[in-house]
Amino acid sequence: MSLVRIALAGEGGQGVQAIAEILAEAAYHEGKQTIYIPNFGIEQRGGVSIAFLQVSDQKIGAPKFYKADVIIALSERAVARTAMYSDENTLFVHDSGFDPSPEDLPPVSKQVLGLPAIEIANTKLHTKVFNIIIMGAVIGLTNVVTFESAREALEHKLASKFENDPRLRELNMQALEIGKKMAEESLWEGVEHNA
Amino acid sequence: MEKIIGETKKAFITGNEAVAWAALAAGADSMFGYPITPQNEVMHYWTRISPQYSRSFLQTEDEISAGFTVCGAVQSGKKSFTATAGPGNVLMQEPFGMAEAMRLPLVAIIQQRGGPSSGTVIYSQQEVTLTAYGGNGEGHRIVYSTSTHQEIYDYTIKAFNTAWKYRFPVFVLGDGYQAKMREPLEMYDPEDKGIEMITPYPLIGLGGKIGVDREPAHFCNIYSMEEELYDVVMQFEQDYEAMSRDVIEYREFFCEDADIIILAHGVVSRAAEDAVLILRDMGIKAGFFRPITLRPFPGQQLRDMLSQVKPQKILVAESAMGQFAKLVKNEIYGENIPLETLFKPGMGIIDHDIVEKVRSIF
Amino acid sequence: MLLPAMPKSWYLPTKPHKFCPGCGHGIVLKALGEAVDELNIQDKTIFGFDIGCSLLAWDFFGCDSVQTHHGRTTPVMVGIKRSRPELICVGYMGDGGGYSIGSQHLLNAAVRDENITLVLVNNTNYGMTGGQMAPTTLPGQKTETSPFGRDPETTGYPTKGPEFIAAITSDSAYVARATVSKYKQLKRYTKNALRNQMENKGFSFLEVLSTCPTNWKTNAQQTWNFLEEEMESTFRLGELKTPFGKGVK
Repeated sequence: MSLVRIALAGEGGQGVQAIAEILAEAAYHEGKQTIYIPNFGIEQRGGVSIAFLQVSDQKIGAPKFYKADVIIALSERAVARTAMYSDENTLFVHDSGFDPSPEDLPPVSKQVLGLPAIEIANTKLHTKVFNIIIMGAVIGLTNVVTFESAREALEHKLASKFENDPRLRELNMQALEIGKKMAEESLWEGVEHNA
Repeated sequence: MEKIIGETKKAFITGNEAVAWAALAAGADSMFGYPITPQNEVMHYWTRISPQYSRSFLQTEDEISAGFTVCGAVQSGKKSFTATAGPGNVLMQEPFGMAEAMRLPLVAIIQQRGGPSSGTVIYSQQEVTLTAYGGNGEGHRIVYSTSTHQEIYDYTIKAFNTAWKYRFPVFVLGDGYQAKMREPLEMYDPEDKGIEMITPYPLIGLGGKIGVDREPAHFCNIYSMEEELYDVVMQFEQDYEAMSRDVIEYREFFCEDADIIILAHGVVSRAAEDAVLILRDMGIKAGFFRPITLRPFPGQQLRDMLSQVKPQKILVAESAMGQFAKLVKNEIYGENIPLETLFKPGMGIIDHDIVEKVRSIF
Repeated sequence: MLLPAMPKSWYLPTKPHKFCPGCGHGIVLKALGEAVDELNIQDKTIFGFDIGCSLLAWDFFGCDSVQTHHGRTTPVMVGIKRSRPELICVGYMGDGGGYSIGSQHLLNAAVRDENITLVLVNNTNYGMTGGQMAPTTLPGQKTETSPFGRDPETTGYPTKGPEFIAAITSDSAYVARATVSKYKQLKRYTKNALRNQMENKGFSFLEVLSTCPTNWKTNAQQTWNFLEEEMESTFRLGELKTPFGKGVK
């Protein structure tokens, strides 16, 4: 696998750092090279939170990058904040619960894609697994890790929560799967649409 | 020595966590610290892990106090360290100066953030001058500039040995990226790698009956006469020069036939190495030289390489406005090679930046 | 020639000492020396000396000692004591070092109830640097940086260290103010400040009112008058906090 660069951005509390960390751990356990670095500013909670994730079969150089292969922006502010990381090779994904204003969207991208992650979380599952749907979507879009190792990493990360409430396990695994499928389907639709 | 890691193992952690584990494995007895981003997690991990091994921590009232409590702890014969960044590094120059003046084996981890002033809490290489030459002295310090988590781990362990062997304050110079990012590394107990850790020894509180068994141990850092201070500083300089041969570390990469030599340190070396490979693919003979010790600087080694290779140009790349370049220029005075620069104060540098710069000048 | 007896814990090769004629430091250091002798702690006492005239005592005792930076003796003593609790750590400083440049260390060490002893010599000015205004300079007192007399309207009132330390320390802390003009009391308080640490009771703080004829520009009579009348009416003597019971010898 050649280098994949992913930028995940959302409002503080949407859990983008948590899923970037789980994805990085999954890649690490697959024996891949990986670097995850949070953007960290002076705010503890407020503001847009961005996670920079790189996965590769080869040694990775600089911990940051200017242009991402995939950007996932989960709020309107996150769209505006991450547009700068997009170029002609970037797949730019946002939640379809809002329509980003054209001036916020990146001037250049390979494709802009809307995913109904928030809606599915709210209607079919539970708001608190919203970020796991997104994690599944990242896998569906990039194949950056296998579905199995993502499951394992999730299991490892949330072990104590799952122990306390086994229903959470099912909820999370469902979210992961729904996210993956949703992303794959959108990609296919996108291809058809583009064609 | 107490085993901390047990069987050598792979880990996927942040640089700050790597520091805490390495300090434990190196046998550090105590940490004194004050919160400042991006080094906070060094304290967070230390306060969680160290009590299991009866090591101690104190959150002091400020960085000045953190530095001076470390001075006291090492004088009493314990391995002790602190970690700081940015404005905290500025405040700690006072205790670091005392450590220089009294030859105290103080260890400090510096995770550089943007400056001047509060700057950013994120990243820079702008604390090079401060860490290497801060204070009202001659920079009798040892500074390791790391570029990977493995190096953070290795050099944190090494820092304690260098400090206690040569009695100069030792700094592990990282940055916010290295502090916060996660990447794989191997953790180990030093003796499993054949590294013998130096046993610390007290400078005061020496036991015995004073006046019978021994004279009292009196330590000062102020002198009445300029001649006294001169002798002290010149002795330090002599000791510093003598230990430099053993302490200097550097890395060369594709230098042998290079037309252009890229100079970088710390995390920027990662981008520089990648840039060399990309440039070579393009048919540009690029090489890379990286001082691992910024103090003492591998000046002779750099000059030797340059006079052998005779590159057409040198490019210095750093996330500061020339602090590292000053060190380089100081060492290669008299060489007649055009020197180009890529300065991005407080900003990350990636391989692409270096490749573009080289192409624009070559 | 008959010499006055020196405490056993004084270090003879560094005598006679380097303080000005009429300076009170010698008296404070004598009380400390005798207290160390009588408590039999010479071999395990570590002295820390602050910048200012205090530093002239850096090799004064036959005890291990460290001269530090201005105001920083407190954290150095904290670092030593926390690393080697069996040692008796005594910080020796002036009013500038303790109440001004090192006040954040003094306050926080007191709040944390660090098990160290600090002896602070109050002579109402910065002596070593040539007689500038100190936190303890009295209203109206002339110094090099208050040449027309200290004006509380613009520079505030004298710092009352023991009162402030007493307010923020635990019940087992020891806090007192003595003067070089009452030697027996000074020595008793000094011993108490050391005993309190030896018994692991916590923070021990002793301020000692002292003289500085060089910078006060006073003769012997004026020096003593300023100490006993002017200073003592602002800075009240006594034990503000003692786990040993007041007046206990």
